[in-house]
Amino acid sequence: MRIEGITLGYGDTLVQQDLSFDIRCGDVFVIMGGSGCGKSTLMRCLTGLLAPWAGRVLLQGESLWERAPAGRSVLMRRNGVMYQSGALWSSMTLEENICLPLEQYTELAPEQMRAIAEYKLALVGLAGYGDYYPSEISGGMRKRVGVARAMALDPDTLFFDEPSAGLDPISARRLDELILELRDSLGTTMVVVTHELDSIFTIADDSVFLDAETKTMLATGNPRELRAASPVVRVRAFLNRGDAG
Amino acid sequence: MHSREAGSATLALGGSWRLSQRLPRLARARELLDAAPDTTALDFDTAALTDWDSGLVTFVAGLEHLCGVRGIHCRPDGLPEGLRKLLELARALPQTGRGGHAMQPAPSFISRLGSDALDLIQSTGEIMAFFGEGTLALRNFLLGRARFRRSDLWLIMQESGADALPIVGLVSFLVGIILGYIGDQQLRQFGAQIYIADLVGLATVIQMGALVTAIVLSGRTGAAFAARIGTMQVNEEIDALRTLGISPMEFLVLPRMLALIAMTPLLAIYADLLGILGGAFVGTVVGGLTLSAYLTETQLAIGWNHIIQGLIAATVYGAIVAASGCLRGMQCGRSAAAVGQATTSAVVTSIVFIVIAAAVLTILFDAVGLS
Ligand SMILES: Nc1ncnc2c1ncn2[C@@H]1O[C@H](COP(=O)(O)OP(=O)(O)O)[C@@H](O)[C@H]1O
Ligand SMILES: [Mg+2]
Repeated sequence: MRIEGITLGYGDTLVQQDLSFDIRCGDVFVIMGGSGCGKSTLMRCLTGLLAPWAGRVLLQGESLWERAPAGRSVLMRRNGVMYQSGALWSSMTLEENICLPLEQYTELAPEQMRAIAEYKLALVGLAGYGDYYPSEISGGMRKRVGVARAMALDPDTLFFDEPSAGLDPISARRLDELILELRDSLGTTMVVVTHELDSIFTIADDSVFLDAETKTMLATGNPRELRAASPVVRVRAFLNRGDAG
Repeated sequence: MHSREAGSATLALGGSWRLSQRLPRLARARELLDAAPDTTALDFDTAALTDWDSGLVTFVAGLEHLCGVRGIHCRPDGLPEGLRKLLELARALPQTGRGGHAMQPAPSFISRLGSDALDLIQSTGEIMAFFGEGTLALRNFLLGRARFRRSDLWLIMQESGADALPIVGLVSFLVGIILGYIGDQQLRQFGAQIYIADLVGLATVIQMGALVTAIVLSGRTGAAFAARIGTMQVNEEIDALRTLGISPMEFLVLPRMLALIAMTPLLAIYADLLGILGGAFVGTVVGGLTLSAYLTETQLAIGWNHIIQGLIAATVYGAIVAASGCLRGMQCGRSAAAVGQATTSAVVTSIVFIVIAAAVLTILFDAVGLS
């Protein structure tokens, strides 16, 4: 996936400008930056929800935003997205949530779909919760079901918006491990929005740092290397918890 | 509170400065500063200060700002240690964002008119886009390609149709009684009470049955649609559908449109029957008619053309209620307050358009000779 000169905004408010970076296949790529700097906004653009003001998003050489809506939705289907709040469909049980993408895009028999749903729930540690409704489980569980749903169609790329925010340290660690395991076993490219340093250093192969003040990216590269040797003070400070060293 | 020596002034702060008490206004300090235009430095004396909280911090911060504007040097040394730290903290954190909304002068009449016109054009555009997408969804449905869950359709039909029977029935029956009474009062003067049946029957079948149904539905079902879809907007559930390539227009709006287009005419027929029953109640109890005479007269008065008018009207109203509810839900912003606004505006929009449609249809039916 290649991002070329993207500028983003809502109405007439600029959020981020001039973003260019590559996301290599099979990497865990982290989008980091302080809160409110536009990480979710960038993710909305990469997943086909928000058209950029300028620039291109290339998925395997095809420009996402220059295609007609029908072609775009074909490209978008290869992505799975986990939203900040989980965004489960509240009128459906957890199993139905995971089955809906399968119903729409596969010819599987209902019991096959149920088996897949049960398996994906087990992957995120929620086996047996299939007939609960989203309102009946906790926030952290909803996030994990969100991951399970995002994986329903075995996508090429999985996007996570702040997966560990609001989770206890153990669940957060488990989710990080899950991301790495899924990447290793399925070869899925992972794009993770986060500002949790522990998580960043555990999972990231590559990253981009967005800044709220200059409204653009300040650095891209492996976060461990950036921590030690980024020429930009603000990036070093962020990665060293405020101490630019 | 204010003592001075050669260009520098000392502000003495004493007593208890807590938010729960009446605190001196900053304007008071401004007066004091204005009264001494030759001041260049300000010291604080807090020897008499007993206790304080944010009330004092904001006062001092405001004071520092006042001094800054006047070029007066503020020396915080006299302030309590904790207070100095708090002041520095508020200054030290980087202020992200635009630093609040810029103060805009109140717009003039002309510019208000202009921006209202732009809003109108934009909202007309949104409504047009909604209908365009709705038509595409309907086309996909007719081609058998629309993606939505049939079980949703049945559920919505049940919630908006069967579950509305008691309230629609009650309101229609009462409207029938009202019409019956009005008829009785006028027709009694000519001894022509039998025509109560004509009056109630025609009014109900042609217009009132459909109208009553539509208005009940807009408060009951249209509002629920807007709230439902609006909440999904807030929870990113609609984004989740979109990223899967599922059109919310087909998945959410289409089943609701279909359900109301199917259920409103049925509810209207039921409303017609109960309206006529209400009229019959007045006709027999107050007007002294026999039930069979009343019903025979009703049968004679109502023709198929009247029933068809009523059913067409009901179908149109059903579509309006569903479309308004879904449109406002889809337009909903991303906050709980926005859901409330969406719900209200769904009801207002549908009632306005129902009344407009009623007028247009009446003229249209007359023109094509249905009435
Ligand atoms: N729907 C919206 N309309 C207008 N402005 C928005 C909207 N969503 C977010 N913003 C603004 O865009 C900026 C970036 O938001 P976001 O991408 O959510 O930040 P974060 O990095 O915390 O995920 C914020 O300043 C926010 O005010
Ligand atoms: Mg965010």
